Amino acid sequence: MSFSLSALRWQALRRDYRHLTGFKAGFGFAMLAILLAMGLFSPWLAPHPPNQQDLMAAMLPPDWTGPYVLGTDHVGRDILSRIIYGSRVSLIIAGAVAIFASATGVALGVIAGWFGGWIDDAIQKLVEIFWSFPPLMLAIAIVAFVGQGLGIVIIALTAQRWIPYCRVTRAETIALREREFILSARTLGASDGFIIRHHILPNVMLSIIVMTSFAMANAIIAESALSFLGLGVPPAIPTWGGMLSDARSYISTAWWMALFPGLAIFLTVLGMNLLGDALRSQFDPKLKSH
Amino acid sequence: MFVYFSKRLLGAIPVLVVVAGIVFALMQFAPGDAVSMLISDEASEADKARIREAWGLHRPPVVQFLNFLAKAAQGDFGMSFRYREPVMEIVLARLPATVELAMAATLVAVLVGIPLGVLAGARPGSIWDSLASTFSFAGISMPNFWMGILLILLFAGHWHILPSGGREPWGLGLDRITGFLLLDALLQGRGDAFAAALKHLALPAIVLGTNMMGIITQLTRASVQEALHEDFVMTARAKGLSAARVLWRHAFRNALIGVVTIIGLEFGALLSGAMIVETVFAWPGIGSLLVQGISSRDYPLIIGLVLVYTTIFILVNLLIDLAYTIIDPRIRIR
Repeated sequence: MSFSLSALRWQALRRDYRHLTGFKAGFGFAMLAILLAMGLFSPWLAPHPPNQQDLMAAMLPPDWTGPYVLGTDHVGRDILSRIIYGSRVSLIIAGAVAIFASATGVALGVIAGWFGGWIDDAIQKLVEIFWSFPPLMLAIAIVAFVGQGLGIVIIALTAQRWIPYCRVTRAETIALREREFILSARTLGASDGFIIRHHILPNVMLSIIVMTSFAMANAIIAESALSFLGLGVPPAIPTWGGMLSDARSYISTAWWMALFPGLAIFLTVLGMNLLGDALRSQFDPKLKSH
Repeated sequence: MFVYFSKRLLGAIPVLVVVAGIVFALMQFAPGDAVSMLISDEASEADKARIREAWGLHRPPVVQFLNFLAKAAQGDFGMSFRYREPVMEIVLARLPATVELAMAATLVAVLVGIPLGVLAGARPGSIWDSLASTFSFAGISMPNFWMGILLILLFAGHWHILPSGGREPWGLGLDRITGFLLLDALLQGRGDAFAAALKHLALPAIVLGTNMMGIITQLTRASVQEALHEDFVMTARAKGLSAARVLWRHAFRNALIGVVTIIGLEFGALLSGAMIVETVFAWPGIGSLLVQGISSRDYPLIIGLVLVYTTIFILVNLLIDLAYTIIDPRIRIR
């Protein structure tokens, strides 16, 4: 194979790759936009109130022309409306976990990486302990003992999510610490706080954005798992995981009760994962140089 | 090397103590009195006090915790509130079911993920690559409880070719030797039992392995693709080795180390996933036991299970470190 031919092939490949990245990012952004729209405008989008029961209309199959497009559940609540309202919990949890986990993880990671020494050792020990729980196990223990509720679920899911942020930020801070522009800032007498705010944080921002996309995907799936196990938010609030939990008892008679809420979880999480992947291949200098 | 692993094992003990401490501390938040799990609410105060004393619940939490540690060091994790049996016995009786499921799921993930990843990595941009990419992203994003429900719906409810749950059909009459049903069936030469157990294992293992399959596919693809651009691959090609040999013996072998790492890291997620998959499929392992323990507030059982889970997680990662030295002879552990 001659050199020029393989170079040409590489060019074509790179074009394909960019195409694919664009598709992934587009799909991800679309899912994020749909989720946001459903959450913000649920009262206007949903054809019925989410908890309105109509026992006369229980377990109606999907009917594209009728009043219950995606069918109804075992007590006659509209599946579509519950999916639309259920997006609120997913949205709040994903947003809150991403904010708290990134704030905690980045703060600890920068402090550990910048100051080193015993501070670093202490934070590393903390990471080791929290990481030794299998994922979700700590969240389950927290919710099981402390009680149910939106706030507790957020704390429970944040309890381990800060760790990836901490690890990555620490490693990047250590790498940055010895770079010339940081050393010169130090020589000029800049304070630790100034250097961290103006030089370290902007440089770790891209990794944080990429990780946040994955963290949101993870939080949505973890919240639905907790709700599915009956350990999430109180049952009066519609959630996708809770709908699936209800569906289990009617699995042989009402497949639509299981299909649509799960599809909502799957598509949302898929969107976040694809978005994260697209951002990573866009920002990661190692991938870009190929 | 022996010294290294002994050190690592000993190093895990303080971690386990802290893990137990965190769970114990969380228990103090639990509303209500633990005695209500042991005796009816109408019982007299004197009876409640007696029960409290018998179970050691009258002591301050710190003393209870230290007592627990002292006993746990001897393998005694206390009595389950609900089953009134030693926690360790209950857990050990159900552990093989979870290990069997986790191993089968890992096998599914590896057997599908690695070939798919290698094919995709060897021909980037090909149909295999798109297929692998679609498959892996779907796998990573799949909520396992949903997938489980859908597969039950199709395979058990609609086509009636696989059971909807449980580990064995009623009245299989298979003696427990190891607790691993497939192995026990082989040891007793029971082909029918082996087939029955395999049928029960199929759906849960596929569902539990799906997330890991997606991750392995992506990682294998990226590693193989990277390895194919390395100098040693060019050398191997220049030597005139066949494409297949270059791919599998040189590129893939170098990619394997990353794959093994990810199996170790993802094993924790697999254990948590097992809690949900076992619940969906009524699989009698320690995952469904934990979920039941939580709903019946069986504290000794919960703390025992959390520690067992954490220990397994730590041990698996230790084994993974051991596997490195076999896969990559350049790695020497001091």
